Amino acid sequence: MTSIVKPIIPLASLPMNEIGLTIRDYEGAVSTLCAGCGHDSVTAAITHAFWELSTPPHTIAKLSGIGCSSKTPTYFVRGAHGFNSAHGRMATIATGANAANRELTYIGISGDGDSLSIGIGHLAHAIRRNVNMIYVIENNGVYGLTKGQFSASADIGSRLKKGEPNAMAPIDPVLLGLSMGATFLARSFSGDKAQLVPILKAAAAHNGLALIDVISPCVTFNDHEGSTKSYRFMREHEVKEIQTDFIPIRKEIHKSLNENDATEITMHDGSVVRFRSVPSGYDPYDRQKVEEYIRERRSRGEIATGLLYVDESALDVHELNNTPDYALNTVPYQKLCPGSAELAKMMMSFR
Amino acid sequence: MAIDTAEDTTVRVNDFAIKLANVNGTGSASANSLLMQAIFRMGIPVSGKNLFPSNIQGLPTWYEIRVNKSGYTARALDYDLMVAMNSATYEEDIEDVRSGGYVLYDSSWPLDQYLLRPDVTFLGVPLARMCIENFAAPRERILMKNVAYAGAVVALVGIDIELVSDLLSETFARNELLRESNQNALRLGYNYAKENFQCPLPFRVEPMDATKNSILIDGNTAAALGCLYAGATVSGWYPITPATAVMDNFTRLCAQFRREPVENPAPGELPYKNNYLIIQAEDEIAAIGMVLGASWSGARAFTSTSGPGISLMNELLGLAYYTEIPAVLIDVQRTGPSTGMPTRTQQSDILLCAYASHGDTKHILLFPANPRECFEFAVQCFDIAERFQTPVFMLSDLDIGMNDWVVPELTWDDSYVPDRGRVLNDVDLAGMAEFFRYTDEDSEFVTPRTLPGSDSKGAYFIRGSGHDKFGIYTEDSEKYQEVVDRLKKKHAASATHVPAPVVERHDGATVGIITLGGCDLAVREAVDQLADGGVVADFMRVRGFPFVPEVRQFVEEHDYCFVVEQNRDAQLRSLICIETGVAIEKMRPLLAYGGFPLSARQVVDGVTSQLEN
Repeated sequence: MTSIVKPIIPLASLPMNEIGLTIRDYEGAVSTLCAGCGHDSVTAAITHAFWELSTPPHTIAKLSGIGCSSKTPTYFVRGAHGFNSAHGRMATIATGANAANRELTYIGISGDGDSLSIGIGHLAHAIRRNVNMIYVIENNGVYGLTKGQFSASADIGSRLKKGEPNAMAPIDPVLLGLSMGATFLARSFSGDKAQLVPILKAAAAHNGLALIDVISPCVTFNDHEGSTKSYRFMREHEVKEIQTDFIPIRKEIHKSLNENDATEITMHDGSVVRFRSVPSGYDPYDRQKVEEYIRERRSRGEIATGLLYVDESALDVHELNNTPDYALNTVPYQKLCPGSAELAKMMMSFR
Repeated sequence: MAIDTAEDTTVRVNDFAIKLANVNGTGSASANSLLMQAIFRMGIPVSGKNLFPSNIQGLPTWYEIRVNKSGYTARALDYDLMVAMNSATYEEDIEDVRSGGYVLYDSSWPLDQYLLRPDVTFLGVPLARMCIENFAAPRERILMKNVAYAGAVVALVGIDIELVSDLLSETFARNELLRESNQNALRLGYNYAKENFQCPLPFRVEPMDATKNSILIDGNTAAALGCLYAGATVSGWYPITPATAVMDNFTRLCAQFRREPVENPAPGELPYKNNYLIIQAEDEIAAIGMVLGASWSGARAFTSTSGPGISLMNELLGLAYYTEIPAVLIDVQRTGPSTGMPTRTQQSDILLCAYASHGDTKHILLFPANPRECFEFAVQCFDIAERFQTPVFMLSDLDIGMNDWVVPELTWDDSYVPDRGRVLNDVDLAGMAEFFRYTDEDSEFVTPRTLPGSDSKGAYFIRGSGHDKFGIYTEDSEKYQEVVDRLKKKHAASATHVPAPVVERHDGATVGIITLGGCDLAVREAVDQLADGGVVADFMRVRGFPFVPEVRQFVEEHDYCFVVEQNRDAQLRSLICIETGVAIEKMRPLLAYGGFPLSARQVVDGVTSQLEN
């Protein structure tokens, strides 16, 4: 993963967030991805989301697997601790890290190869365990770093630049998540920062695994005519009926919103996610209806985006295991070791 | 009905072996270990080896008890008494008894004439009939047969019946009905033997005082205790024979010792919180991934597995090695390759673990010989892993892990302070101009690390891709080599931190015998037997890798050495040869890899036959 250190140019005019940091403080190294890559837009959205949330950079842990998408954690929040792991294994590392220290904000960046082929088992089980993390799939339907093979998310009939159309059914991470008991499922488009930023913020507030499938076109290998993950295809087929706003904790709610049709969800930390422009009959708490909606849209060749499903009542991996509120890596050794007297007592049971 | 056909004039006290042939899933295991435990409580050195199938019910299973006043408790191959409870294996079981030995069988049904051996005494006890007459429930009739034959054995070898009775009462302290039935069954068998046979047989037990400060414990339990005492808080694991009991025990121990009371719990809330998190993973890849994530975050984390699990973990072990993340792996080895024989023992993961993962990798290995070392080494594994920021393997095996061993009591030094290695906190970082992950190496080539959540000055990006000493991606040959060369030196520097080899030199020794792990007892016994036969051998048990210079010296100071190990390909010999540069001809392999614990006879025969050639 090549990376170029981005010069920090002090600009007095840049606005500061609640902790006195500017957007520059949430940037990382200069991207070495292809010009126009959808992933760079996702990076920009993540940068904005964390800046707007005023998350202290050092409390963020960013993890990834292998692939173009997995390069991107170097491109945002340079002050965060990062872990570029092995192909498909990011979820396992994140699970262990979260087990040891639940106090950090975990963001995993993955791709459709990383998460839907080699790492699909780990994704499925991280969902089941409800590891408290943001899990972003930068989904372009293609293996970029190895120069353009289909991934498991490629649609039937979708074409590579050269060669036959894909004949196998795609794996939809949102539908997968619904069947695995996911507690936060969203889909967005890398070209739509206005939609993606609030989703990322809501994901950060969510208690559990927040899966965001971001269609992120590969300009080099999958942005041509016949691709269903191209900028043009997305602009023509995206359906944004479900739109969300994120209202941080203790913030005054903007009155400009149309409150008549709004559904509000209070997140674990007290912040609020508000749904607006929701199609009638759509219920983001109802697994079955969400699945029906996604499938119905898909049958019409449309891609439904937005925060599609939320269950804020579910327990995360720590609550399921009844661990304390504090990080396990801070428990003093004296508390962990039963000591010689207990061992001597225990020896009686081995006689 | 006793068919007296053999004569045995010598009486052996506290020196004999019993083999019990059963059908698995019938409840025999507890009756067998009851006998072993009773002998242990009589103060006599004893071992019990469970030779069981990879199956839940219906297949043949054996249990061997060796009683030996001198402490030679490796597997015996000469059985004085066969408790033949599985008609399906009568033929081979009866064949197994030494000449002049005894066979105890269920005489509810007649024994086929062709099975009879003139040099063996057959002791028939109508176990099934007695149990049908004395117990009503069908399940009870089957279960109590086991306790009844145990009762007969108690009488035949002179075990203190009251002691056995006490053990049963302890076991069934909370179930009066079962306690009653077991006591009755015990007396049924005991009384039948007393009334019908000349008890005790010419081999018998007599109380000793040799196990006073000892315990009876299996290696998996001891390893779990080690992890508890080392302060492990996170573990990821996947069920696998024969390692599962490590995590079962760790879970049980954590539930006992790691619960933080909660004052005034909310309605529905438990009155405690768990200062641990054990995750049953989706596979071994995830298990080690979780360990790495937790270790990266500064928790002491471990996994327990067996060979097939190590195979799966290879990818991430390379990541841990190259990115320098601590990890502790307890590998309870079984018979490979592939699925192999999951319930048979072997020492065949040595090379797999030493060089796990693609590319140039080298790992740190500890080789415990018994449950006590499993406890002690498990603790050391965490210290070494954190000090050297790298995976450390403890290579136990099925024999050590799943069988009960008599070992000195486990003790704990309360002054122990965990070696957490070089970790920079925010105060350290504040005093530094800059932090780069792989700079500032110490005399052991270790560089300080930071933990996620520490100040942004300490933030860095871990990568399994090529990196320079600053942690920055590189494709530059020199910068890449600088890092991997340091890793090699770091590995070598850990040699003095792994347990030192155990060396015993004897005057007039002509050869050396090198071994490792659970071969210890059998090889020591063999060394003594060889000495009795005029072959004096020096002994070295390797306990860790990388090797200290003494390992090379030992080989070089002998014309040649035998390397006794339980695998087909002489893996320890290869490792010594590769890593010390000693001539391979100086080491003669002596291998036992059929899947059963080693016996001294195999070693003596092996050495003797090679010396004759």
